[in-house]
Amino acid sequence: MRLQVEDIRVGYDEQTIVHDISMAIPDGKITTIIGANGCGKSTLLKAITRIINHESGQVVLDGKNIRKMKTKELATQLAILPQSPESAQGLLVEELVSYGRFPYQKGFGNLSAKDKEMIDWALEVTGTKDFRHKAVDALSGGQRQRVWIAMALAQETDIIFLDEPTTYLDMAHQLEVLELLHMLNVQEGRTIVMVLHDLNQAARFSDYILALSHGHLIRAGEPEEVITTEVLKEVFNIDAVIGKDPRTNKPMCLTYDLIKGE
Amino acid sequence: MKSSYKISFFVKLFIAVCILFVIAFLAITNGAAHTTLQDVWNAMVAKEGGQYYSELREIRFPRAIAAFFVGSALAVAGAIMQGMTRNPIADPGLLGLTSGANMMLAITLAFIPGASNLMIMFTCFIGAAIGMVIVYGIGMSTRGGLSPMKLVLAGAAVTAFLQAIADGVGILFDISKDVSMWTAGGLVGTTWTSLIIVPFIVFGLLFAILISRQLTILSLNEEVAVGLGQNTILIKTIMMVVVVILAGGAVALIGNLAFVGLIIPHIVRAVVGHDYRLIIPMSIIVGGAFMTLADFVSRVINAPFETPTVSLIALIGLPFFLVLVRKGGRVNG
Repeated sequence: MRLQVEDIRVGYDEQTIVHDISMAIPDGKITTIIGANGCGKSTLLKAITRIINHESGQVVLDGKNIRKMKTKELATQLAILPQSPESAQGLLVEELVSYGRFPYQKGFGNLSAKDKEMIDWALEVTGTKDFRHKAVDALSGGQRQRVWIAMALAQETDIIFLDEPTTYLDMAHQLEVLELLHMLNVQEGRTIVMVLHDLNQAARFSDYILALSHGHLIRAGEPEEVITTEVLKEVFNIDAVIGKDPRTNKPMCLTYDLIKGE
Repeated sequence: MKSSYKISFFVKLFIAVCILFVIAFLAITNGAAHTTLQDVWNAMVAKEGGQYYSELREIRFPRAIAAFFVGSALAVAGAIMQGMTRNPIADPGLLGLTSGANMMLAITLAFIPGASNLMIMFTCFIGAAIGMVIVYGIGMSTRGGLSPMKLVLAGAAVTAFLQAIADGVGILFDISKDVSMWTAGGLVGTTWTSLIIVPFIVFGLLFAILISRQLTILSLNEEVAVGLGQNTILIKTIMMVVVVILAGGAVALIGNLAFVGLIIPHIVRAVVGHDYRLIIPMSIIVGGAFMTLADFVSRVINAPFETPTVSLIALIGLPFFLVLVRKGGRVNG
């Protein structure tokens, strides 16, 4: 596996948010991090992608500590889409997507033929080609999220990280984004790592799930191993009834109650 | 697709340059003493003497040049600050930079009476940096940073404080008149020798153009910038140094002046969009033209008396600021 996380610890001020987590990200798979609010899942994602610093441990890509790699070089290996980025203030769709080519450019950033080809491909595959000349601001939430994904794709990386890519989208648009990621994974073989809130979406679209609680890794494995009554009790403090999705056969949380007392 | 977009930008830039030349022409040919085009030409090429030509050569030319570079420096400093902090109401005058430079200017005039223009400029750089560090320090000490409005409030408080020091030094050392001559924000008394500051501003402007692409990426979102492989700490440091040079240089020429850095980038954005590769060059031209016009109007509106440029600009700037605040502090929202 190309990307390994070894004993990583992250904290703000005096407080430790992520406690010595070790894991490996499976290549060519969709990996999802789940956990309650404030459990450190976004923090972990940011630490792995060097958006924030970690206190100890290391993140290793192809045998190299990412801290020892040039940040621009790393940007050709992994892309990150932060949680609900600002609305890009009037940039055109095409302009925004073209910034995905930044790690490959020098000087003033005139686009090469290869750059243009990648931008066209990214617009095509995300279904955003029709509004390439529109302002990002003018799009709906679902379209805008697809444009940001197009920018990450233009970055031409094997590994793509996404922090809650479905937040603020309605149900249909959530599914649209997840289907797009699934397609990229299956057809293009991209490794996808994301944070999701919705357990059933995580179960349906992931090959591998990491469950976090209070900055500790509770369970890692296939959806069937992680979406269980026992794990959900520990991670979310809920009493869940787990069944099977009649269409996909994946585990599904049918209903749940809060665990009272204690 | 991209090329047609670029051509239209150069057309816009060309139109802006034409407007600039018209304004510069008006500013040089009009004033308390009337001048014809022939006179200007003679003053430029001939060696004719006389008080009349020397007025042109020694007063109106350097003044127009100074006005242009003050305007472009403040506009570009404002554009960089707005992009870097993603705060639409950032301005070197509102966030304490020019008042910091102004304070150092007062201190320099008090302690080093015969200070050269160069020395005054360097102390202005230090002052601008002090103002910026205090205001952004307050911002950074709050977890998650301050909202645009709160940052402006912090800027106003720090500005009042630094201004008080400048005034105090002025009174204590009996140099209030010298200081206020600068702080009135006029270009009265600009000569060729004070233009020694211009090369520094030019340097700052060129650097701003060089980093403009990085600025667009940073203006999207800081995490996006890191993800795209930008060394954000290095880039932000360079940007801050450029802002300090531009704001400090402007103060050394004209004194404390707010709102130019706020207004111009917003006008420019409405014309060329949100790519700083286009915003920065356009801000240089539009900021320069705006300031040349403001200085010209302040000379002729009540000739032969000078109307303070600061008051004129505040008259336009304040309503503009209020409109921006009403829009909820979003850039062109």
